[in-house]
Amino acid sequence: MGLEFETGRLADAVNWARKFSLFQYPFVTACCGMEYMALWGPRYDVARFGAEFPRFSPRQADMLMVVGTVTERQGPVLKRIYEQICEPKWVVSFGVCASSGGFYQNYATMPGIDHIIPVDVYIPGCPPRPEAIIDALVMLQEKIQSGRGWSQRQYFVEQERRRLGLDQEGGRQ
Amino acid sequence: MMETPKDQESLDLTTMHMGPSHPAMHGTIHIKVQLAGERIENAEVNIGYLHRGFEKEAEAHCWQQIFPYTDRLNYVSPMLNNVGYAMAVEKLCGVTVPERAQYIRVIVGEIARIADHLTYMAAQTMEMGAFTPYFYVMKGRDWLWDLLEEVSGARLTHSYVRIGGVAWDLSEGFKEKTIEILPRIDQVVVELDKLMTRNRIFLDRMQDIAVISAEEAISYGWTGPCLRGSGVDYDVRKAHPYLVYDRMDFEIPIGTDGDNMDRYMVRMEEMRQSMRIIRQALDQIEPGPVMIEDRLVVIPQKAATYNTIEDMINHFKLVIDGIRPPRGEVYSYTEAGNGELGFYLVSDGTGRPVKCRVRPPCFMGMAALKQLIEGHMVADVIPTFDTINMIGGECDR
Amino acid sequence: MSAKALERLEQRFAECVLETHDFRGDETAVVDRAAIVDVASWLRDEPDLAFNMLTDMTAVDWLLEGREPRFEVVYQLYSVEQRHRLRIKVQVPEEDPVVDTLTRLYGIADWLEREIWDMYGIRFKGHPNLKRILLYEEFVGHPLRKDYPKEKRQPLVRRPENEIADVLARRGKARPLPQPPPRSAR
Repeated sequence: MGLEFETGRLADAVNWARKFSLFQYPFVTACCGMEYMALWGPRYDVARFGAEFPRFSPRQADMLMVVGTVTERQGPVLKRIYEQICEPKWVVSFGVCASSGGFYQNYATMPGIDHIIPVDVYIPGCPPRPEAIIDALVMLQEKIQSGRGWSQRQYFVEQERRRLGLDQEGGRQ
Repeated sequence: MMETPKDQESLDLTTMHMGPSHPAMHGTIHIKVQLAGERIENAEVNIGYLHRGFEKEAEAHCWQQIFPYTDRLNYVSPMLNNVGYAMAVEKLCGVTVPERAQYIRVIVGEIARIADHLTYMAAQTMEMGAFTPYFYVMKGRDWLWDLLEEVSGARLTHSYVRIGGVAWDLSEGFKEKTIEILPRIDQVVVELDKLMTRNRIFLDRMQDIAVISAEEAISYGWTGPCLRGSGVDYDVRKAHPYLVYDRMDFEIPIGTDGDNMDRYMVRMEEMRQSMRIIRQALDQIEPGPVMIEDRLVVIPQKAATYNTIEDMINHFKLVIDGIRPPRGEVYSYTEAGNGELGFYLVSDGTGRPVKCRVRPPCFMGMAALKQLIEGHMVADVIPTFDTINMIGGECDR
Repeated sequence: MSAKALERLEQRFAECVLETHDFRGDETAVVDRAAIVDVASWLRDEPDLAFNMLTDMTAVDWLLEGREPRFEVVYQLYSVEQRHRLRIKVQVPEEDPVVDTLTRLYGIADWLEREIWDMYGIRFKGHPNLKRILLYEEFVGHPLRKDYPKEKRQPLVRRPENEIADVLARRGKARPLPQPPPRSAR
């Protein structure tokens, strides 16, 4: 419970450390993965933002980067990986297919990953240029610094509410 | 290598799932293996985690609206898919594109093929633990994508080819830039060769692993570098020449053993041959139109559309109703990065397809994967899977 | 290119070949459904035809034209040595969508037939493992059929606290969330 009440310098320092040491879990599915690979390359070097090394285990990561189209079949897989990442965690929806389904509006694709997990930053583009991804990363870092991140906070608060049988205002249903 | 003694073979097998979210950046594949120690007793390969409904989308769109969907099939070499689809619709309509457009298609197609094989090199080596080649490849691939971006406007999903030709002519100075970049790409290939091909660890992991004979490969419908690694001399560009490939002088690398190393070497050599083709095409290309004049297939130029009523109506009908090929069906095939990319199109005379089937070359590769990895060790799954070069967008469509 | 193959096929299986055509140079023969295994094995084993590669196999749904029989299963055959191609089509009615399998002849027929089962609902008699390949087992229906609506999703998982549904419920305009179909329904 204590972390919700931290204020001032300590919070700023902790958030500063968090934003410059993002360990991403690259949930790569499709074409956006190619731009993601280019992002790591020497030209659009993402290492200068501290978000360099991907951690391929959800237990070791704190940023879930959903790259590419997520189909309905992949949905349970994504949800499980999201739940396995320990908090604090952030979710970046990379590409227009992950954000809203893109131009694949049919029986097979999920119209955006925010139907199953909460998202912090959406990156449009098909695929987005590496510069757009870096812009999104900087935006996420600002969000982390100001303490507005933690997409999962709302998610777990609602889980608790549901478990206790409370409605939005906290009263009994 | 540890052999499990015969009396211990009745022990329980460990089941391990590799994927569907997997660091091997080829897309989403689920391989369920049952292990006795480190040896794979049974394997089950599950695809379909990236099935995005290409065929259903194609049936809902006009013929010329399908190009962006074809870009995202084999997304490491989108130009080759565009060219393949355009050729299929042109075969259905019975038109031939102008010569300059054919040369341009060959040039951008071969640039895309080099990018495809470079990406394969990066993924292959990185997933086996060698990180350095990945960075060299990214450096080289970005140069190629700069060229394609200049021509088409996008780094990755170009949609540059049109039914009847290509969208617009090559940019000023494209030839000089390409001639300047090709030796640099060659240098990247030479560096990869020096780093990997005679590396002891690489050879141990790739040679004599996942051997497939020519008959089995043909029975599984394999084509492309994987089939040529098993010693079969079949390349669509030589066997059934299309566009201007019959005027180009290039060789087809053929493997001997059908193991992982052969498939890797075939792709390595194909990059060099592609560079030869690009140089010859740039020498031979002549100025000329890049779109045919057929009013039933190609929209009129902008000035004409705005100024004459006939052209405006023509433009309107083509955009709203779509191109209307005659009733019939065709199967058209080209050599894409992974093999024979076929398009089976069925038309009933309206602007939308009845059927737009993609024959995906790596689907056939994945069908044989189970047989390739059984009997080998768990660590052999990744190099084998990489040599098949499965691209999720193409395999699952 | 393979006009010779088409002629020989017509001679050998005269009673099974229903129709042939040659549109844009693609030789095609429509054969009787019951004879497909015999035709395919003859085409593969005959020495100077040698169609040893099943390049592709797919199905076409002719519902919108009202054609009877409704489906057509299309085989693209290729000979690597002779470099010739042939297309064989088999017409399949809607009431009895069954065709004999070619898994004993070609290794790739296994997965190609699974895909046709998944997308069109055409069964293959004798197939060792006929289950869905591109979609999940909980999916009901066969999406590439013309009567399956393109945007009808069958989600496996949705966020339980779907904000829109909650807001509407509080305002008294509750709308049920899309639920996946129960497993027993087929």
